[in-house]
Amino acid sequence: MAARLAVSRWRAAPAAPGRGPLLSCRRWSGAKADTVYDVVVSGGGLVGAAMACALGYDIHFCDKKILLLEAGPKKVWEKLPETYSNRVSSISPGSATLLSSFGAWDPICNMRYRAFRRMQVWDACSEALIMFDKDNLDDMGYIVENDVIMCALTKQLEAVSDRVTVLYRSKALRYTWPYPFTMADSSPWVHITLGDGSTLQTKLLIGADGYNSGVRQAAGIQNVSWNYDQSAVVATLHLSEATENNVAWQRFLPSGPIALLPLSDTLSSLVWSTSHDHAAELVSMDEEKFVDTINSAFWSDANHTDFIDSASTMLQYAVGFLKPTKVSARQMPPSVAGVDAKSRVLFPLGLGHAAEYVRPRLALIGDAAHRVHPLAGQGVNMGFGDVSSLVHHLSAAAFNGKDLGSMSHLAGYETDRQRHNTALLAATDLLKRLYSTSATPLVLLRTWGLQATNAVSPLKEQIMAFASK
Amino acid sequence: MWRGRKLSSSGNRFLGVLRSSCWGTQAEGARLTRSAENQFSWTPQSKPWVFSDYKIMWFKSYRMTFACLNRMKIYRYPWTRLYSSQSTVDSSEIKTFLALAHRWWDEQGVYALLHSMNDLRVPFIRDNLLKTVAQHQPGKPLSGIKILDVGCGGGLLTEPLGRLGASVIGIDPVAENIKTAQHHKSFDPVLDKRIEYRACSLEEIVEETAEAFDAVVASEVVEHVIDLETFIQCCCQALKPGGSLFITTINKTQLSYALGIVFSEQITGIVPKGTHTWEKFVSPEKLESILESNGLSVQTVAGMLYNPFSGYWHWSENTSLNYAAHAVKSTEQEDPVPEFVFKGETEELRHKDSTNPGVQEELKK
Repeated sequence: MAARLAVSRWRAAPAAPGRGPLLSCRRWSGAKADTVYDVVVSGGGLVGAAMACALGYDIHFCDKKILLLEAGPKKVWEKLPETYSNRVSSISPGSATLLSSFGAWDPICNMRYRAFRRMQVWDACSEALIMFDKDNLDDMGYIVENDVIMCALTKQLEAVSDRVTVLYRSKALRYTWPYPFTMADSSPWVHITLGDGSTLQTKLLIGADGYNSGVRQAAGIQNVSWNYDQSAVVATLHLSEATENNVAWQRFLPSGPIALLPLSDTLSSLVWSTSHDHAAELVSMDEEKFVDTINSAFWSDANHTDFIDSASTMLQYAVGFLKPTKVSARQMPPSVAGVDAKSRVLFPLGLGHAAEYVRPRLALIGDAAHRVHPLAGQGVNMGFGDVSSLVHHLSAAAFNGKDLGSMSHLAGYETDRQRHNTALLAATDLLKRLYSTSATPLVLLRTWGLQATNAVSPLKEQIMAFASK
Repeated sequence: MWRGRKLSSSGNRFLGVLRSSCWGTQAEGARLTRSAENQFSWTPQSKPWVFSDYKIMWFKSYRMTFACLNRMKIYRYPWTRLYSSQSTVDSSEIKTFLALAHRWWDEQGVYALLHSMNDLRVPFIRDNLLKTVAQHQPGKPLSGIKILDVGCGGGLLTEPLGRLGASVIGIDPVAENIKTAQHHKSFDPVLDKRIEYRACSLEEIVEETAEAFDAVVASEVVEHVIDLETFIQCCCQALKPGGSLFITTINKTQLSYALGIVFSEQITGIVPKGTHTWEKFVSPEKLESILESNGLSVQTVAGMLYNPFSGYWHWSENTSLNYAAHAVKSTEQEDPVPEFVFKGETEELRHKDSTNPGVQEELKK
């Protein structure tokens, strides 16, 4: 008996104060004791809502019961706000395909988004640059505000509300895990206790509750994580003149990468990862000084050294000799004239990776499983990739009549995604560390490396393909 | 990040295999009923290793290295699915089952092979049944189909079929198995309604409800039956005309003797000696001839192969070890034989197309 009690994992979290009145969309009491949900998604952010949506629209989940738990309130918009939100995401073509599979891409297109066709990444310490674009100048990716994506997902969830129940303002306090196989009278399902004291039972719990995942902690899954000594500053910027604005710009400064992402012909979004002190300074300085700092960050060549310049010219000459390439001269990003008031925000950065993505009756997706530096714009795309893979495995399992919480298909999802995510996480971390220094040997190494990669088109295509998944 | 764990967990697995093989040999002999209770008292003590594995790389590491030994042991347990009826029960086979009646639902335990086999047999049954249906409801492809699962054991195959929407009756002669199955499905309200379990024999079911099922599934059963001919006849009786019979079993070849008997039982000793009887294995040719002679036309015979390292089953051209067969009962009766008298009468009644209420009652039966 004692052994059994020792195994069940309990995690008490402090109850959130001041819960509002229950919304009418909660269905309780009579049905509660008998209802065993097939899937409960804990966390209604971009990735969690996308997961619930994808399952709700999946054909093999027609008669299954899905529940989405969201701790925050429901966000409704009567109409699209005129000011752009400062939190944007770069959506890869693979993620766009996922969103369109359950009809969330069209609402996004009807609201607003910006496609970009080229990406220029260059160094502050040298002339080296890399330019990504597709052969026929197809869209490489889309810059969409997070709020717009969330609104589209909410709309799609409402349309399928007979299969997917969404509980807003519901925070899970405690999770009770089942024993490995049926013991006398112990429930084989996962039990979730909510803030209002009610309990849910589910055959599969999907944790999509962000990088401080309560689900992951309750399950006792080890998480390899460290904080970067960087914070990201985001803002909405006004360009000095209207341009076609379909290029994403990123420059690696010694303090961290600064990126300019197109939002419209006259607006761009800033994501500047820099040291904590500098970030705090940027957020609090007055607008003119802020704009000047941004412009000089993109335009100034103060960090160039002659040695590196001549070394890079030498390699460029050699590359041009071996392979007649189209001359990719360094292009300059549009200059910034102003910044939206109150749009400057900062948030800390770190890396995280869960050692296990799955346990019996548990799966982690999105930031709960992995947290990455924004320099590659891959955070939410990895999350959407997780959704895509997990839905594929669950759908096949449902069509085979399998128990949804069974490890056999969950392990398949974990293998798929860990392979992809670990590589991307390692690469992003490596890039961050490589570009955080202005020590000459490393600068030389990365200058030549960048130039070489730029010259080898198949390699660039591979990188783009990997990042577009 | 996870590599370091594999070594420790496979080490744990090795200990686990040693313990479970000792456990297996204990189950033999006359102290079986007592040992069945001992198994229950065993479980708390054996738990620590189960749960220490549970914490770390569960499924993946289990499949590596030493799992192979465990797999060979599991390889044989599915087939001691025994069969009971007045004429077809083999009481010696019942004993081994009883000892493991509560271990059915451990996906990593002795029945892991059977759990894994669901990846092949459920799609096999589902796809062949869907061919007979014009339209199916997405989400519940088998809804409206009545299935009889003969020798259902703990309900490993019954539950997936129930989840796909079918109404399933699972029968098994071992009451403990039915108890485990009943207990397991009781937690799922949807399955509870769709599945019914009975501890009885095939003959008893057929007496009550002849020609009531769209499909009869006898998976890993026919190699334990004493009289195969009678068994197939009963299955046929239980089927509606045009209904499907699904059988999975082991072939009677030198290879199945070498791997299933010699290697598993005599060399490694994972399987207790005497649990398999090679003479009772059925070759596909013999099965086909019995099926055809009972009015069932064989549609498919496909080989299945188990990979002990990955833990997955695969379809194969080679039927020399395991194979699956699908046969369909013909819709016309040629010669009414004494035991088919009842069926013959209903055929005649249908042909007469009578609206006599007395006859309608006959038809309803």
